This record gives sequence, structure tokens and C-alpha cells, in this order.
Amino acid sequence: MRISHGDSLSHNPHGLRVHSGSCAPAAHKLPGLARLLKWAISGTGVLCASLLLAGCSTTTAVRGSGDLGVVIERASGSVQLVDNTRSERFATVTGLGDLSHASVVFSRDARYAYVFGRDGGLSKVDILTGRLVKRVMQAGNSIGGAISSDGRVVAAQNYEPGGVKLFDADTLELLAEVSTRDAASGHSSKVVGLADLPGQRFAFSLFEAGEIWVIDVADPRHPVTTRYPNVGRQPYDGLASQDGRYYLAGLFGEDGLALLDTWHPEAGVRRVLDGYGRGTEKLPVYKMPHLRGWALSGGQAFLPAIGHNEVLVADTRDWQLRAKVPVHGQPVFVMAEPSGRRVWVNFAFPHNDTVQVIDVPTLTVVKTLKPGRGILHMEFTPRGDEVWLSSRDDDKLVIVDTATLAVRRELPAASPSGIFFSWRASRIGM
Amino acid sequence: MCSALRTPHVRRVHSGSCAPAAPKLSWLARPLRRALRNVLAGLTLLVSANLALAAPPVSAPPPERAAVIRHLVRQDCGSCHGLTLKGGLGSPLTAEALAGRPDEALLATILNGRPGTAMPPWRPFLTEEEAKWVIQWLKDGAPE
Repeated sequence: MRISHGDSLSHNPHGLRVHSGSCAPAAHKLPGLARLLKWAISGTGVLCASLLLAGCSTTTAVRGSGDLGVVIERASGSVQLVDNTRSERFATVTGLGDLSHASVVFSRDARYAYVFGRDGGLSKVDILTGRLVKRVMQAGNSIGGAISSDGRVVAAQNYEPGGVKLFDADTLELLAEVSTRDAASGHSSKVVGLADLPGQRFAFSLFEAGEIWVIDVADPRHPVTTRYPNVGRQPYDGLASQDGRYYLAGLFGEDGLALLDTWHPEAGVRRVLDGYGRGTEKLPVYKMPHLRGWALSGGQAFLPAIGHNEVLVADTRDWQLRAKVPVHGQPVFVMAEPSGRRVWVNFAFPHNDTVQVIDVPTLTVVKTLKPGRGILHMEFTPRGDEVWLSSRDDDKLVIVDTATLAVRRELPAASPSGIFFSWRASRIGM
Repeated sequence: MCSALRTPHVRRVHSGSCAPAAPKLSWLARPLRRALRNVLAGLTLLVSANLALAAPPVSAPPPERAAVIRHLVRQDCGSCHGLTLKGGLGSPLTAEALAGRPDEALLATILNGRPGTAMPPWRPFLTEEEAKWVIQWLKDGAPE
């Protein structure tokens, strides 16, 4: 692991400014203050200056973590730690293994980021100090994970071998393993769409077996599994609604989605939006959509159509298809602004240089952006004043003002993919 | 790659049916090391290798285009097969995983996809010659 100290230093002057301001009435009486401050701000004197101003502050600037985030640099096995108030990177943490596909969840105090890497590595990063706290190799080929509602259990979903592993969130000690091995065939299904549900539960889908499982981890060493078989062919991803009531799995193998209403588990899993692509030819799919960007707005759910250049709009009261919004390509992420006013969509290869913005009341595309090549992910700041986009092939992050839809700033990043802000720490299903 | 979504075990079983035509391998450009390993692997492979000596070598695309294709394979094939090509939702594309797999079947999979699986056709983005070069490149361990 390496922390880029040059960057973390750039953090300190801000802390100093805060402290010097609060000390100002007393400081006015000090002779030579101007010279002292000039020396302090020059960089090398920051620590000493803080010490001299002791009595007003300690040497470490105290700060919150609610506006921080993690950016995956997929080719270099590193993550950037970013501050979305000041729109800057403040540290880089390296040595996280193969992050070609990676996802992140946060501890409930929003201090630690759990990074799930493609190579099965699970890394715990302290986003305040920029340090790798702990790292375990937990599988051969992994895809993501989730954290329990009480914050004590981290679950990793695996491709090779399939199944889910449960870890102690503090120590990353392995607590239990939920195997997806089929007794008859001996085959272990790949696990997709792992999401936390309220009440120390997780839901996930089995790609090959076509099942949804819910595990109760109230006793994390002895998880209790409820299986929902025959939900549809090849579920490719899944998500939990913001209130944790619904778990929805997208199906690659057929036109439709599988829905579990966890308020009525006895009703089982039902098919929704069945045959949404009927009558139109399914296009080749060059990248699987991701359902994590749950887009729910005004009683409507916005979802990517598999194999079609469309965003599906369903009414969440009855889960009937209400509209199809034609878009530029096949959607990968379909994400509503926190306000729900607009929905942002990025696209699969070869249309991944484009982002479109859908106006929710009119269900029309109101803006087409070309922010960079290889736009892989989008993340809103906590209340949606900005959206951060990762441009893999232009090695940059693009920060767009959601009010004006103008680019506010670009930041360098090495082959960036996922962007994960710490507000996720307090959200169900994130 | 014959069946992008099946387990390596099942895939091996089916790989024969993916290539009903006699494999026309272009092994001339391969490193001697790998040829030797395959020769040792069994009589079938030995025969294939000998037959393939007659096949013309795959012509490499111009350097600029080759860079674009390498990027495409790593990043966009990598969406399913992994950036390191060790597999994901799709099967691994490492030299080890592809060793002994008939080029003809791999070529058909790349260009036409595999109906019923998540493997799409890449014909809109690659010529046949380029796809052949990709196969060689992957079998050589996808060097930079």
C-alpha cells in the first residue's frame, strides 16, 4: 500500500485555515503572526505551525467523512480517495490486487470502505487516514459484496467458487460460508446481485441455477437460507429498493425481471415486466447492465432493457410496464438523481462515450452528453448537486453540475471505473 | 469460449461439437515451447499440429489497429471475461484455458457469438483476419 503524501499534505492547509480562523481573536495579539502564517502555509511548516497554535487545536485536523468517496482505478489495483465538497483527490491507496471489476460498501460510521476485487480480494480501507487496514483473499473470482443492516457482517458474492462468504466487519474473520453447490450436478452457481435487506438479511441470485436466496445472518456463524427456485433464466444482477422491501433480479435469459416482496415472502417470487421486448429483435449485449443504480422516482422504477436501446419504466404499485424511453444505446446504469427529478443513463460498448439525461415528468431525453470515452459509472453527490462520471479511456473523472448540465471540473484518474461516495453507508441496498 | 457461460468442465465436453469441421490450426507462429507442450499432451494434438504446419500464418494488423484491438479485447471482452482475461461471467481466455482449443471454433464464437449464452457476435467490430490474430494473441498469453 502506498499513500500519496503529497496529496494528503494538500489537505492540511485547509485544516490550518479552519483553526487559524477560530484562533484569530487571540492571535491578533501575537507579534509576527503574518510571517508565521506565511511560513506555515508554505507547506513544510504546517505541522510546526499547528503545534505553535496548540491550545486552539491538536496537530490532527478533525473532519467528517460524509463527503468522501472511493474511486476504483481498475487497471492499477489502486483506489483514489476523493472529497466531493472540494472536488479533489486527497490520497491514493495501492496494492488492492485485481480491481478490473470491483465494488465498494461502507461501514456504518462511513469511515471504512470495503473493496471487493475481481481476484477475490477483500480490502478494508480507512478513508480518513488513507490506509489499508486489512486485506484477505477470500475467493478465486469475485464480483462484489454488501454489509449487513447492523454493520457487523460483510458478505462477499463469488463467481469462483460460487457462493457467499460472511466476514466480521471489524476483523475480516471468516464467519460462515453459504455454498451454492448443487448436490445433483456438483456445480456451484455464480452469485450475482447481492444486496442487504433490513433485519440482518441479504438477498442474492444464482446465475446458473436461476434462483433467488435470502439469508438471515442474525447469527452470522449460522446463517439461515430461504430459497426461491425457478425465478427465471440467468439472473445477471439484482438490487434492493431503497426501503429494503423489494428485491428485484434482472434476467438475461428471458424478457422480464424477478421480484420478491419481502413484506410478503410467503407469496414467493413473481415475474414482472414479462415480455418487455416482445415484438422487437433483441440486440447483441456487449456489456451486462448493472442494477445497482436503482432508479425509483415518483412511484416509477426506471430499469435497463436487456438487448434493447430502451429504458423501461414500471409503476411500482402494480409493477406493470408504463413506458419505454428510447435511448442512445443499451443502458448499463440507470440512476435517478437523489431528488428523483431526472434519470441518468450510461451505455454499453460501443456507445459508452455517451450519457443521457431523462426528464421524469415527460419521460423524454432532455440532454445527451459526450463527457469522455469509456464512461463506466456515475455517482451523485449526497443531495445530487453534482454527478461524477468515470471516463476509463480518457483517464479522468468528469464532474457535472446537475442544475446546468455543464462540466464543472475534470480530475485525472488512471482507468477509473466505479465511484462510491460515503453517503452509501447509511442507505439500504447500497 | 465455445460456451461462454458453462463451466470449464462442461465446455471441454462440448468443444468438439463446436467445430464439426476439421480444425485448421495456424500454429506456425506459436512459440516452440507451447508446441512442444502440446505435442507431449497427446497423439491427437500432435497430428493437428503437423497438419497445421501447412496453414498460412495469421497476418498481424497494422500497429495502430493492433493497439485498438488489444484495448478492445482487454476492456470490452474483459467486461465478461475479466480485464486479466481470467474469467468472470464469461469463461477465462488465458493461454492455459485456450490451449488445444480449435481455432476454427474460437473464430466462429468470436465472429458469430454463441446463441443461448451471453456471448455476442463481434463481427461488427472485427474482420475475420483480425479475429484470427486475436486468437493467436490470446493463445500466446496476450502480451502487451
